[in-house]
Amino acid sequence: MEEARDQSRFKIFTRRAMVLGGFKATLLTALLGRLYYLQVMKAEQYSNMADENRINLRLLPPPRGRIYDRNGEPIALNRKNYRVVVIPEQTSHTASKRSMALKQTLDKLGFILPISDRDRRRVMKQAKHNRSFVPITVKENLTWQQVSQIEVNSLDLPGVTIDVGLTRRYYNASVFAHSIGYVGKVSAAETNSSNDPLLELPDFRVGKGGVERKHELALRGKSGSSQVEVNAYGRIKRELSRVEGKRGADIFLTLDVVLQKYAMERIAAHRSAAAVVMDVHHGDVLAMASTPSFDPNHFVEGLSVAQWEKLRDNPHAPLTNKAVAGLYAPGSVFKMATALAALQKGIHPHAKIYCGGYMDVYDDRFHCWRRGGHGKLALRHALAQSCDVYFYDMALRVGIDYIAEVAAKLGLGVSLGMDLPNEASGVVPTKEWKLEKLGRPWRVGESLIAAIGQGYVLSTPLQLCTMLSRLVNGGKAVVPHVASKRFHDDGRAYDLPEAESLGLDDKHLRYIKQGMDMVMSHPKGTAHAHRIEDEDYEMGGKTGTAQVRTISKAERRRRVLKNEELPWKYRDHALFAGYAPTDRPRYTVSVIVEHGGSGSKVAAPIARDLLMATMKRDPLRQRNPENVARAMPTADDIEEKL
Amino acid sequence: MTYELALFDQKKMTIADKLRQFPWSIYFTICILACIGFAMLYSAANGSIDPYASRQMIRFAILSVGLLAIALFDLRFWLKYAYLFYFLALVLLIAVAVMGSTGGGAQRWLDLGVFQLQPSEIMKLATILALARFFHGASYEDVGRLRYLLPPIALIALPSFFIMRQPDLGTTLMLLAVSGAMMFLAGVRIWMFVAVIITVAAAVPIAWEFYMRDYQKDRVLTFLDPGNDPLGAGYHIIQSKIALGSGGIFGKGFMEGTQSHLNFLPEKQTDFIFTMLAEEFGLIGGIILLCLYTIIFIYGFYASYRCRNQFGRLVGLGITVNFFLYVFINIAMVIGLIPVVGVPLPLISFGGSAMLTVLAGFGLLFCVSIHREIRISRNMIGIDP
Repeated sequence: MEEARDQSRFKIFTRRAMVLGGFKATLLTALLGRLYYLQVMKAEQYSNMADENRINLRLLPPPRGRIYDRNGEPIALNRKNYRVVVIPEQTSHTASKRSMALKQTLDKLGFILPISDRDRRRVMKQAKHNRSFVPITVKENLTWQQVSQIEVNSLDLPGVTIDVGLTRRYYNASVFAHSIGYVGKVSAAETNSSNDPLLELPDFRVGKGGVERKHELALRGKSGSSQVEVNAYGRIKRELSRVEGKRGADIFLTLDVVLQKYAMERIAAHRSAAAVVMDVHHGDVLAMASTPSFDPNHFVEGLSVAQWEKLRDNPHAPLTNKAVAGLYAPGSVFKMATALAALQKGIHPHAKIYCGGYMDVYDDRFHCWRRGGHGKLALRHALAQSCDVYFYDMALRVGIDYIAEVAAKLGLGVSLGMDLPNEASGVVPTKEWKLEKLGRPWRVGESLIAAIGQGYVLSTPLQLCTMLSRLVNGGKAVVPHVASKRFHDDGRAYDLPEAESLGLDDKHLRYIKQGMDMVMSHPKGTAHAHRIEDEDYEMGGKTGTAQVRTISKAERRRRVLKNEELPWKYRDHALFAGYAPTDRPRYTVSVIVEHGGSGSKVAAPIARDLLMATMKRDPLRQRNPENVARAMPTADDIEEKL
Repeated sequence: MTYELALFDQKKMTIADKLRQFPWSIYFTICILACIGFAMLYSAANGSIDPYASRQMIRFAILSVGLLAIALFDLRFWLKYAYLFYFLALVLLIAVAVMGSTGGGAQRWLDLGVFQLQPSEIMKLATILALARFFHGASYEDVGRLRYLLPPIALIALPSFFIMRQPDLGTTLMLLAVSGAMMFLAGVRIWMFVAVIITVAAAVPIAWEFYMRDYQKDRVLTFLDPGNDPLGAGYHIIQSKIALGSGGIFGKGFMEGTQSHLNFLPEKQTDFIFTMLAEEFGLIGGIILLCLYTIIFIYGFYASYRCRNQFGRLVGLGITVNFFLYVFINIAMVIGLIPVVGVPLPLISFGGSAMLTVLAGFGLLFCVSIHREIRISRNMIGIDP
């Protein structure tokens, strides 16, 4: 009985064990099926995900291209920037004491270099947020002494290391501030407009003005990359592959440090002024000065709010490069354009016009700058003595539209296409222009005003310099530039194209040059007092005094106030554009002193000094431009020098 | 002939006889699995025998001696003291609740100085023994009566309550599953199981609402949609699947598992060690491991089937089911078939408690195998050796 019962129990056990076994087999099959699904069917997908997980692409920022002057003097280099960084993980072995240990380390570090409370708070905050092995920058731009003190005390400073980065350093910084610009943090707009991943690096800097911005792509170079394997915490385990980047192209400027410094010095006495010195045949800008200036190194180091506001709110616009972006009425300097237009329209250069001190057109009276008038004079003397009435007459004969056409050939009222950003194109009005801009028809009187470079006419110092160059270089459409080469986006350099002929009549150019020569050489010339007496260096040019206010009829009846009697901002702009030597000119200069008063008294002496200095710097002292080889150093020479 | 006789009469069975009956081939299989475990732990420590592999080897060596000892005891000894063991294990479990140290957010461990004991693991073995003893004395008719089933239900409910309180949902469920399997084998009627299943299905929403901890809910929710929180709770499962899948058919090679070695894979030396194995040795490695386990499962069924007493059969299959559940739950968890419940892979994962339970369990299984011919009456006459 007992036996039978046990037998039935056993049978049930066996039967149910079979069921259980079958159930287990099913579960095991499910496991196998799942493994097959993951490791065979989905293997590729998970493989990719695994790589994405562990492989991290790191950018290697290339060193930025260096900038040198025409003689190889450094202007912008990359300086080693010693930073002290702290790695929280290494301050203490136990994670719980890390925050204390970090504080102690910072205290000790505080004995070597000053750490502000703000920096301290920032470090502590970053330590809390970042992974503990991520280095945190405590301070940048350490001195050698600080670096060595930290190195010596390294045993007492757990977790502290010195890190070397590259920062831009400008030499003769404020002298070149406007033409070179500076580098700064990448703006949101810059990130959006380009897909260069370099721009997303937190420490990356891009050009913010001048050459730095214009040649940004060439100077930037190409980023390298390093594929690293990281673990789940982001810590780098090893480097898988490395692609070296291409360092930014070095740029040699046409500027000359010595001349540039001299130009800055020479205009520094004035509140707001600009000057340009240029080679008439090649368009090399040898000096480009604008005052007041600023120190671009401050931008690299980081400007305080107060510093920035001071620069921004300064009425004399220190951040603006007035040589290319400052717009001024050219005044009498414009008369050469009117003269050329008249000659091309067939006006005989020796035909005399009578100047009685004014000209009446309809009901309006237009005055010459000389109250009594100049009497009868032809083109040369009209230029030399800057007779306004002569050019009023020409304007009536030629018409404003034709003057504008000729002025454009000389580079006025149009963009020159210079290799600097923010180049202003200025204005030489036409009838159509006025109708379009102001909605009113042209009035004849406005042609007269425009013919002497007032009214709507606006130009930059650079344009005046270019105009003069084109007038004295035989009518070649020379384009000014500050970099000796042009660059493709990938950094490859190419030579500038030769200047093309403007198709002007040599005879016309000769007449105008005679006039400009006489400005200096003729006793009646407006700038005779500031001529260069040394025959080898003789110069020519044209003065300009641009009115910035309207002289009322009442004032004219009484007496026109002298500049010295007016508040600064109502004084005339003083301008001068000149060239030298008079025999086969090589260099041109243009100077503008805002509210400086008379062009002949204020601007002409500066222009003379600049031309003198430039000619003396000429390496070959040869007058024949065709023989002048450019003595430019090669990049290798520079490397060795450094 | 003497050998045959000795098999029927335990009194005549010498130690040498028992050693001859000891299933060496299965023990060898266990050793192979343990060695695979050592290799994986060596890999998990990035090519170092310390800290995992060395300690695991020592544990395995010590516990193997224990296994042998358990197997050589008379089966009737285990039958006789089954309730005592159960009682002692329960006391230990309650001790944990009272003074256990906190590990991983849950009170599970009893710190014994040299190593930490997880009484819930011992409780599983004790419950298997106690249930086997109870059902050994029950006829098929007895088992059919609902009132007769109250004591075994109490035997299960008591430890389940304390383990649940720790809280350790994984071990609770395993205990319930093993107990259920044993009752099923003992002949409890099918309708009762159906009734329980219906009740549980009704109770789940209630338990979800009132009894489950947030982390347990998280695990279930994460299991249902791991992509929902890829860096939070779903991180483990996603990283595990990436590691597994990227291993492919042949794997990345020993010590070459990038996901595991770069710490993307969490807890690779314990719960997720199968993932590392499958990453480094691929599908082939996974299948070989499952085959080795299957050999042991089949042996467990075979040994139980051969046993001539109900106690031995129930113990044998109880142990086998327990072992199977370890393997299945762990692997199903790391390959994303079930939620992460924190069950180690037996013989491979680093950890003393699970190895103790598993090897002690094999000791009992081998004991059943050695003493398979002993007949023990239902009323247990003459169980005193």
